[in-house]
Amino acid sequence: MIELENVAYSYGGGDLLTDISLRLQSGSFHFLTGPSGAGKSTFLKLCYMELAASKGLVQVFGQDVAALGRDQIALARRRIGVVHQECQFLDHLSVAENIALPLTVSGRDVAAESQNLSDLISWVGLTKQQNQLPPELSGGERQRAALARAVIMGPDVILADEPTGNVDWEMSQRLMSLLIELNKMGKSVLVATHDLNLIRTTKAQVSARVLRIKDKRLQLAGADL
Amino acid sequence: MSILVKIQGVLTAAAEIAGGDRAADRVVPPTGFTATLTTFTAGAMAFLAVFALALSLATGRLAERWASELAQTSTVRISAPLEEIEAQTLAAQEVLRTTPGVLRSRIMSEEEQMLLLEPWFGPDLPLEDLPIPRLIEVVEDENGYDAAGLRLRLAGEAPGAFLDDHTRWRRPLVSAANRLRSLGWVAIALIALSTGAMITLAARAALAANAQVIRVTRLVGARDVYIARAFVRRFTIRALLGAFVGTVAGCLAIVLLPSAADEGAFLTGLGFQGWHWLWPLTIPLLAALVAFWATRSAALRTLNEVT
Repeated sequence: MIELENVAYSYGGGDLLTDISLRLQSGSFHFLTGPSGAGKSTFLKLCYMELAASKGLVQVFGQDVAALGRDQIALARRRIGVVHQECQFLDHLSVAENIALPLTVSGRDVAAESQNLSDLISWVGLTKQQNQLPPELSGGERQRAALARAVIMGPDVILADEPTGNVDWEMSQRLMSLLIELNKMGKSVLVATHDLNLIRTTKAQVSARVLRIKDKRLQLAGADL
Repeated sequence: MSILVKIQGVLTAAAEIAGGDRAADRVVPPTGFTATLTTFTAGAMAFLAVFALALSLATGRLAERWASELAQTSTVRISAPLEEIEAQTLAAQEVLRTTPGVLRSRIMSEEEQMLLLEPWFGPDLPLEDLPIPRLIEVVEDENGYDAAGLRLRLAGEAPGAFLDDHTRWRRPLVSAANRLRSLGWVAIALIALSTGAMITLAARAALAANAQVIRVTRLVGARDVYIARAFVRRFTIRALLGAFVGTVAGCLAIVLLPSAADEGAFLTGLGFQGWHWLWPLTIPLLAALVAFWATRSAALRTLNEVT
């Protein structure tokens, strides 16, 4: 799915990440942890091609990202669902339209997929809020809407950057259960979080590998997790 | 081959703009003042373009008329003592009759000469009391005559005869009219460039104001052309509508200009004649084309800066 080999990323003359190697395989569940500023978001951005590696090889769905054109990157992103901590929506569109946005921009007939859309909105528990505008949603509702938008295209990989950062414990659990459910459907999931309690709780429900960014390098986390 | 591909691309884009995509249009929020600015700019520029076009076409007609009418005629003026004038006129007529390239020649009557002088001296001019030279109108055939040779023969047969082939004053007039016509086209080109520049600025402002929209849509897999199309469609249609209104207003203003009398000044002849009225129809299309290219290049350049 996504493979990084000896990847480094530099910014402003200094390395943020160095010698990163990882292979995200189909159906895998990974946590990525580390202190704030360690480079978790940068790592995810390398995975969904928002940033280009300074060194090393990044392959997405078997293609070298460095050799991809802008259109090919756009097409590859349709197979990757991304959930950000600060969910970004189009504030002039309704929640349902925002969730359907990946369908719209890929030229698919949203009306023909209205049933799937309704089911998905119901699955994330936003049926009542579907006609509201994003600024009217709570933090947890925004995260669920972002998750629904991330999965509407049936992506192969889901990358989530601190998806529970702005929500309470109960909502965190609910979001994680949605991600676990998606993983059980065969999706690869990578969740970046610094919430160790969340990782421990989730690991009790799903077989997950925990990675840690320390000293700009990626490590497999120890038994403390 | 690549030209054909480009043409096909432009036609596809034009068809997409004409057809529209409501969902895609919804993705980009209304562009507010930039859309209004584009409509107004296109309208104002189209209004000016109508006048530049009218000027160019009118001066073109004028140049052609002067060139064709005056190129075919010339005048022989006979200035001689009263007792010789008749003989020299006949001699000059004979020379003209036997000159290859001269289709016909005709001695102008006193009434015709009166009419020529009337604008300067008023009516009821006592022509018979004045030493007015005799004039012969010469019309040449399509091959024309040898002016230098004719002058030499006239000098020999009728020393008081002077050939004026109008070249001296026709050339600068035709040249000035042609220059005016060129200036009209330059003005149209400048108007098109200014329109493009204004629409580029408006499009860039709209793109900057929608940075979040661009970022989010790129994130969920939108291709650059998809995002660009939403802006291009909006600005092209605005430019087309604005230019159409401006063109109609410009044409109405031309229609309402004072009518041209036969002896009227050049400015009263400014306007369109016959099928030339179809020319203004090209202005909204040109404005739409300019808006299409300006917005598309601005959008793609801006999008290229977004990862």
